[in-house]
Amino acid sequence: MSKDVIGSVMVVGGGIAGIQSALDLANAGFLVYMVEKSPAIGGVMSALDKTFPTNDCSMCILSPKLVEVGRHKNIKLLTLSEIESVAGEAGHFTVTVREQPRYIDMEKCIACGKCAEKCPRKVENSYNQGLNKRKAAYVLYPQAVPLKYAIDKDNCIYFEKDGKCRACEKFCPADAVDFKQQEKIHTLEVGSIIMSPGFKCFDPGIYERYGYGILPNVITSMEFERVLSASGPYEGHLVRPSDKKEPKKIAWLQCVGSRDIREDAHGYCSGVCCMYAIKEAIIAKEHAAQDLDTAIFFMDMRTHGKGFEQTYNRAKKESGVRFVRARVHTVEAVHGSDDLKVMYSTEAGELLTEIFDIVVLSVGLEISDEVKSLAGKLGVAVDADGFAAAGSFAPVVTSRPGVFVCGAFAGPKDIPQSVMEASAASSASAALLASSRNTLTREKSYPSELPVGGEEPRVGVFVCHCGTNIGGIVDVPSVKTYAESLPNVVFAADNLFTCSQDTQENIRKAIQENRLNRVVVAACTPRTHEPLFQETIREAGLNPYLFEFANIRDQNSWVHQHNPEAATRKAKDLIRMAVAKASLLEPIDSLQIEVNSNALVIGGGLAGMSAALNLADQGFKTYLVEREGRLGGHALHLGKTWKGEDVGAFLSDFSKRVESHQNIEVLRGAEVSNIDGFVGNFTTTVQAGSETREIQHGAVILATGGRPLETNEYLCGQSERVTKWHELEYLIENEPEKIAKAKSIVFIQCVGSREPERPYCSKICCTASIMTAIRLKEKKPDMRVYILYRDIRTFGQREELYRKAREMGVIFIRYTLEEKPKVEKHGDGLLITVKDHVLGRPLQIPADYLNLATAILPTEGQKQIAQMLKVPLNDEGFYLEAHIKLRPVDFSTDGVFVCGLAHYPKPVEESIAQAQAAATRAAGLLGRKTIDIEPIVSVVNEEKCIGCGLCEMSCAFGAIRLKKIIGKGFRAENYSALCKGCGVCAAGCPQRAIDMKHFREEQILAAIQAGGAAA
Amino acid sequence: MSDSFEPQIIAFCCKYCAYAAADLAGSMRLSYPSNVKITQVPCTGRVDIVHLLRAFENGADGVYVAGCMEGDCHFVSGNLKARKRVEYVKKTLAELGIEPERVEMYNLSSAMGPRFAEIANEMTARIKKLGPSPLNNKKAA
Repeated sequence: MSKDVIGSVMVVGGGIAGIQSALDLANAGFLVYMVEKSPAIGGVMSALDKTFPTNDCSMCILSPKLVEVGRHKNIKLLTLSEIESVAGEAGHFTVTVREQPRYIDMEKCIACGKCAEKCPRKVENSYNQGLNKRKAAYVLYPQAVPLKYAIDKDNCIYFEKDGKCRACEKFCPADAVDFKQQEKIHTLEVGSIIMSPGFKCFDPGIYERYGYGILPNVITSMEFERVLSASGPYEGHLVRPSDKKEPKKIAWLQCVGSRDIREDAHGYCSGVCCMYAIKEAIIAKEHAAQDLDTAIFFMDMRTHGKGFEQTYNRAKKESGVRFVRARVHTVEAVHGSDDLKVMYSTEAGELLTEIFDIVVLSVGLEISDEVKSLAGKLGVAVDADGFAAAGSFAPVVTSRPGVFVCGAFAGPKDIPQSVMEASAASSASAALLASSRNTLTREKSYPSELPVGGEEPRVGVFVCHCGTNIGGIVDVPSVKTYAESLPNVVFAADNLFTCSQDTQENIRKAIQENRLNRVVVAACTPRTHEPLFQETIREAGLNPYLFEFANIRDQNSWVHQHNPEAATRKAKDLIRMAVAKASLLEPIDSLQIEVNSNALVIGGGLAGMSAALNLADQGFKTYLVEREGRLGGHALHLGKTWKGEDVGAFLSDFSKRVESHQNIEVLRGAEVSNIDGFVGNFTTTVQAGSETREIQHGAVILATGGRPLETNEYLCGQSERVTKWHELEYLIENEPEKIAKAKSIVFIQCVGSREPERPYCSKICCTASIMTAIRLKEKKPDMRVYILYRDIRTFGQREELYRKAREMGVIFIRYTLEEKPKVEKHGDGLLITVKDHVLGRPLQIPADYLNLATAILPTEGQKQIAQMLKVPLNDEGFYLEAHIKLRPVDFSTDGVFVCGLAHYPKPVEESIAQAQAAATRAAGLLGRKTIDIEPIVSVVNEEKCIGCGLCEMSCAFGAIRLKKIIGKGFRAENYSALCKGCGVCAAGCPQRAIDMKHFREEQILAAIQAGGAAA
Repeated sequence: MSDSFEPQIIAFCCKYCAYAAADLAGSMRLSYPSNVKITQVPCTGRVDIVHLLRAFENGADGVYVAGCMEGDCHFVSGNLKARKRVEYVKKTLAELGIEPERVEMYNLSSAMGPRFAEIANEMTARIKKLGPSPLNNKKAA
C-alpha cells in the first residue's frame, strides 16, 4: 500500500450503525461521505416505536444523532444515492455514486409541508409499512434528516401526465420544486469504505398457512411497530387495520422465516425477535384502553442479552403476557368476522384453537438482493445466508482490504451490538488512514468576541413568518411592533424565513449596525434551530450564549391554528418572556481542559488486549494492567470459537504483538489501588508486588473480565465426575483415554443463571456446551450425549450448531426451574434424574461425566474500581453503560469506557468488537490536546456558602464537593469538568449560594415575571 | 365566572423530555389552551420552590412542572427532586389557604406529544374549576 492514503471514508447506509461510524470518524479528523438510498437517514431504528429492554422511545434517542450528522461539517450526506462501482485499493478507492433527483431544491426547501398538503396524489406509505397513505410529494418521516421533502417520481402526476398538475410547484412558498432535476453521478475518492446497509424484514407471504397479505389483521412485527408509534398510521392508537377496532386479544408468532430450513426461509435465528415481541406485548398492554390479552407463541425464548431475561420475567409476572411454547400451524379467518383463528398443538400433542383480533408475525432479519448485489459490486464475500463473511478475531474486516462492515449485514443483531461494531469499524478505518487524519476536514474560525460586559442590554428581535406556518396564523407585523416596544429592545424585524441563508446575513448586519448585544429569535423551536442562530451571532462577534429563542411555531401557531388572536397574543407573551431573560444573559466562556494522551487499560484478557493494541496502533501510549502473571484471561481456556477458529493459536500470536508493541507497557501481576482525577487527567496508582507506581492518563478502559460461578450444586466439587465449563474440554484434550471409556456424558445448562438470585442469562453457555457435545459425538459417535436445558439460546447463525448437534444424535431434554435435574453418585459414575418434557415423566440417565455450564459473574474487585471512578454497576455487578442502546461502551462519566465480560457475558467476537469500540471512543478523546466541555455549569458563591454539604449529596456526578478552607470550615467547590448542568444543586441550596450559568435565578425569575404580566 | 375566566398557567418543562413533547404536540397539530406558557429548564431538578411560588406571585393561576418519566431522567434523579419540591409547595399553598391543586408535577417522555396536550388541557380545566388564584383575585378587586 502506498503512503498517501486518502483521509476520507465512505459509509454506505444511513441506519444507526452507519450514523455511529460516520460520527466517530468525522469527529476523529476524517471526511465522511454518507451514502443513503432513501431520501433520509435513520434506517429501521427511526421506524421503531420503542427499544428493548428499557422501552426508550426509539426516535427520541436517535434524533439527536440524526441532527448531529445533518449539521456536521465533515459529513457529506448523499441521499437517494447508491454505489455504482468501486475501483482502487485500501487507502485510495474511487467510488462512483448515482444520485437520483429529488425534484426539490434542498437549498430552498423549508419543510413547511405545503407541497404534500396540496399534492393531489395519494400513494401507499411505505414508511408506515403500507398501513396508510402519503402524498407523492412527501417527507419520509416528521423528524427526517435532511428535513427536506421529495417528489416520488413513480407516483407523481406531473411525470405521468407529461407536465400536468404542478400543484406543489404552484403552492411552494420557497420556490423549491424543480421538475428539471436530473440524476447525478459523483466520483469520490476515499481511503476506506464502511458497509452498513442493514437488513430487510423477511416477507411472510410465502407461508400461506398464516394468511399474511390475505387476512388484513395478520401483520408483521414491523407493521405493529408503526401501529404502536405515535407518529404511525393510527397516531399510536392501538387498533387493528381491518376495522380500526380496539383489540382485546393479540398473538405473536415467533420464528417466522427464522430457524426454518425450508428453502425460502432461513435456518439461522434472527436473534432479536423474542425481545421485540416481548417489548411489543408490554407496550401494547400499556397502550390498550381496555384489558388486553397478549400471547407469544414460541419455540425457545431467547432473551440472552443484558437486561433481557429480567424483561422476560417482568412480562410474565407483572405485565401478564402469556408465553405459549408451541409452533402455530395455521391462522384462518373466523367466518363472518375479521377475527382470526389460531391453531396450534401443544407439546403434549393436544390440538388447540384460540381466537385473536390481531396476529403479529415476528419476522426475521434477512439480507436483501440489492445488498447482496452491492457486496458483489464492492467485491466483498458473503456467506451462504448472505451476511458479510467476517472472522471472530476481526469482526468488522471483510474479504476486501480497506472495506469494513458493521450492523446487521455482518449477521443478525440488535442495536447496541450494531453500534459497537460501527465504532469498531471506525477504529479499523482510523488505524488504516491514521497518516492522513485532519487532511480533508475543516475547522471553522470565528471573529474575536465583542466585549459586552457592563454595557446596557441592546436586544434585537427577529420574528419569523416561517412561510405561512407562523405568518398564516399569527399577526407577525403586529408582533414585531410589539417587540419594538419592549424594554431593552433596540431593533426588531420580521422575516419570511429567519433560518434562510440571506436572513443570517441580515442578522449579522443588524448586530453590527445597531450594536446589538443580545439576540432573540421568535420562530420554530430551539431544539432544531438554536445551534444555527448561535452560530450566526458568533460569526458577528457575539458570544453564542447571548441568544434566546421564543418558540412561536411548534408551541404556538401549530397548536392554536384555529384561534389566530390567541396565537398572536401568546406570541407576544413568549417574546416578552424571552426578551426579559435575554436582557440578563451574560457571555459564557467555553470551558476547555487539557488532555493527557496516554491510556490505561485495566484487564489483560482478550478485550483488554484488543483495546490496548488498537490504541497503540493509533499512536497512543497505553498501559495495560493485568492482575495475573500472564496475558490472555479466559481466552486461555478456550479451544475454538463457534465459527471453528483456533483461539489458542490466535492468542499466542496476539499476546506477542501486544507485549512487543512499542506503545504498550504491560504491567503483570499488578492491581489498581487508587484512581483520581477526571476526563483527560487521571492519576492511577498501581500496585505490582511491593512496587507502587503512579500513572498519568487521559482515559481509562475497563476490561476487568468475568469468572465462572463456583457451586456445590449437582455434586460439583464433590465428585471428580462432575466438571464445569472448559474442564471437560481439558479432559478431551489431555486425558483422552478417560473420554474413550465413557459411554454417556451429560451437560446441565443454566447452573446459577436465570434463577431468582441471579436472573440474567449467561449468553454463551448453550453454544459452548453444544460445541463440546458435537466434539464428543465426532470422537465417539456411539456415545450418548445429553444436554439438559431450559431454553436453547444459540442466537444468530449459531443455530446451525444446534441443528448439527441434533442431527448427530445429541439428546436435548428441557427441564424447568421448579423441577431441576437430580444428580447422585452411582457406583463409579453418576445417575441423573430429569423429567422429560415430551414424555412428562422422570428419566434416569447413567452418566460417566457431568459438565456444568455455571453462570458467568463479574470479577471480584470490579466494585472497588467502580467506586474509585464513580461509575455505576447494575444489580448483578456488571458495569452499567451510559446508555444500553446507543452508548454501549461509554459511561456518563467522561473518559471512562468499558468492554468485554465486565460489561456482560459475551462471545469472543463481541468482546473484540466492543474493545475496539471502546478504543475508538477513547482515541476520539486522546487525540485532542484540549477538549471543550459544556460551559453551562453551576457556580458557587463562596461568601454565601455555609458548607452544609447538601449540594454534594444531591449531585449525581460528583461535580460539587466540600473542601476545607482554613479559618472558614468547609465550602462547596465546583468541578466543572464533571458538571452536567442539571441545576439540582442550585435549586437545593438553602443559602442560595449556588447559581447556574445560563439558567441563573434572576434569569428564570425574569422570564416568569414577564410571563405573568399581560401584553 | 368560569366561562370568561382564562387562567394563566406557567409550565416548567425539561429540555430533554417535556419540552420536546410540547414540540411534538405542535408538529402533530394537537391543540391545547393558549394560556399555557412554557419555560424551558435544563432539568426539572433546576426548578426551585421559589420559582414555583414566584410564578403565583406574578399572576399565575396554575403552575406545573413537567419532566422525564421516572427512572429516565437524563440527570439521574432531577425529576424526583422536582416532585418533592412540588409536594412541598402544595403544602405551603395549603397553609396559605390556596388550593394545593394549583401546582402539579407531571412525567412524560419526549415521544408523548398527545400526552403533553392532554396535560395542558387537564391543568387548564382544573384551574378553571378553581377560579382565579386568590392572589390575583385581590389584585383584580
